[in-house]
Amino acid sequence: MRKVNRVFTALVFIFLYIPMIVLAVASFNKGTDIAVFSGFTFDQYKELFRDKHLLSLLGNSVIIAVLSSLVATVMGTAAALGIHSMRGRLRSAVMTMTNIPMTNPEIVTGVSMALLFAFVGILLRTNAVLGFWTLLIAHITFNLPYVILNVMPKLSQMDPDLTEAALDLGCTPVQAFFKVVLHEIMPGILSGALMAFTMSLDDFVISYFVTGSGFVTLPVEIYSYTKKPIQPKVYAMFTLIFITILLLMVVMNLMQARDKTKRKKAHGLQKEVGR
Amino acid sequence: MKNKSKWLSGPYVLWMVLFTLIPLGVVLYYALTDSVTGEFTLSNLANFANYWPIFLRSIWLSIFATLICLLIGYPVAYYIAHCKPALQRLLQMLIMLPMCISFLLRTLAWVALLEDTGIINNFLTSIGLSALPLIRNNGAVILGMVYNYLPYMILPLYTVIMKIDHRLVEAAQDLGCNSRQVFAKVTLPLSVPGIVSGITMVFVPAVSTFYISQKLGSPGTILIGDVIESQFKAAYNPNLGAALSLVLMVLIFVCVGIMNHFTDSDDEESMVTL
Repeated sequence: MRKVNRVFTALVFIFLYIPMIVLAVASFNKGTDIAVFSGFTFDQYKELFRDKHLLSLLGNSVIIAVLSSLVATVMGTAAALGIHSMRGRLRSAVMTMTNIPMTNPEIVTGVSMALLFAFVGILLRTNAVLGFWTLLIAHITFNLPYVILNVMPKLSQMDPDLTEAALDLGCTPVQAFFKVVLHEIMPGILSGALMAFTMSLDDFVISYFVTGSGFVTLPVEIYSYTKKPIQPKVYAMFTLIFITILLLMVVMNLMQARDKTKRKKAHGLQKEVGR
Repeated sequence: MKNKSKWLSGPYVLWMVLFTLIPLGVVLYYALTDSVTGEFTLSNLANFANYWPIFLRSIWLSIFATLICLLIGYPVAYYIAHCKPALQRLLQMLIMLPMCISFLLRTLAWVALLEDTGIINNFLTSIGLSALPLIRNNGAVILGMVYNYLPYMILPLYTVIMKIDHRLVEAAQDLGCNSRQVFAKVTLPLSVPGIVSGITMVFVPAVSTFYISQKLGSPGTILIGDVIESQFKAAYNPNLGAALSLVLMVLIFVCVGIMNHFTDSDDEESMVTL
């Protein structure tokens, strides 16, 4: 049974990676038709690095992703700390609010923000509301729940005695936070930040509704290729992005593995002392 | 100190009120006003009846896609959850990796694969078979949905199956259950929270999608997401768009509410985390 399941799982992984292989192969293709491989070349990569427009769009995406995940991580971590100390009705009210953007379909979130900004535009009597700031606000908004949902479990796993001990040893609450709590919940903060960053970098639906002509991100530009044929250098770009994220994830994975063994060792040590 | 740290949530709560709750209020306002006169009207909402067949089609296709995701995702999640920890982390990462690449491009890659003169059909004709009609039908839309949202099914299932206490399985075995009974009486019931959150996480984006159907479906099989998108980007009737969004949102909240009824687990913990 387990063997059958192994083959099945392998097939599913192949299924998940087929489009990635298609894109990667297309990035080395001499011809422009993605379906016909007519010879190996690096030209698409050369083309890509000459294309200032495409690179600046990628730059826009990265700027929005970095800024929005940074703000969301700080605000979200503070929020998680606050929620952690809440009880009862207040807590469930705040958690329900956190779940709204998670359960709401992206298109509704995008539409609702677009309408809000349109409304503000009418109030301010201007047509040029949509742009960098609306994009940033929207991205921070949909990133916040990811940070909170990654930090909350770490906070509830944390031993409350640790903070008490720090306070007993003369730390102020602020010191106790930076020396003890922050260290304990760091894995949650990091994974929340990484998740927010990738969500933001890849977001199309919400960006599509709140973007203006002045500031466009890469996915929004790719959507406009529905009308005109896609340039093969885009495949080259995404092959490079894919490799970058792969490396990033491998590093994250190794760091986590190291963290786990360290914890195990510390745990073993504790047991020894306990004896 | 406890009472003071509550206020750390202040900026967040303010932000969410401004940019989540108020926008939903604005949607309600637009849905209930006339696009020209700006007066109160129910005609936008009444218009929804014209789009009922499209709503139904969106719901059917995404229910299909969600079920297929569950059938494919469960064995995979089960397999991953029973690997060695290091391999588990690697496989979990490999499940998430495709999600980081623009879903627009991945869908375009599927177009290249499925097209009449695409990669698969080129291969079929080169070995002497006839080309198949793989694209511009409901099957292709479902395939696109399954492909894009499968990771959202596998990850919550994996998280829940991994946490099942192995002693329960052993206890069932000791009490004379065979492996099928163990699965039906212990593993499956205990994975219900994962199944529920997986279904939610696939169904919600699938029912509201608007790109997959444009690229993989036929022009006649538009989904409700396409209609909403065109109200904002082509036809420019935000009031009708808002009304349809409102209906879609209510529909989804009802579905999620019903789904959550099957599980009494704490939502905070069952969401996907890295």
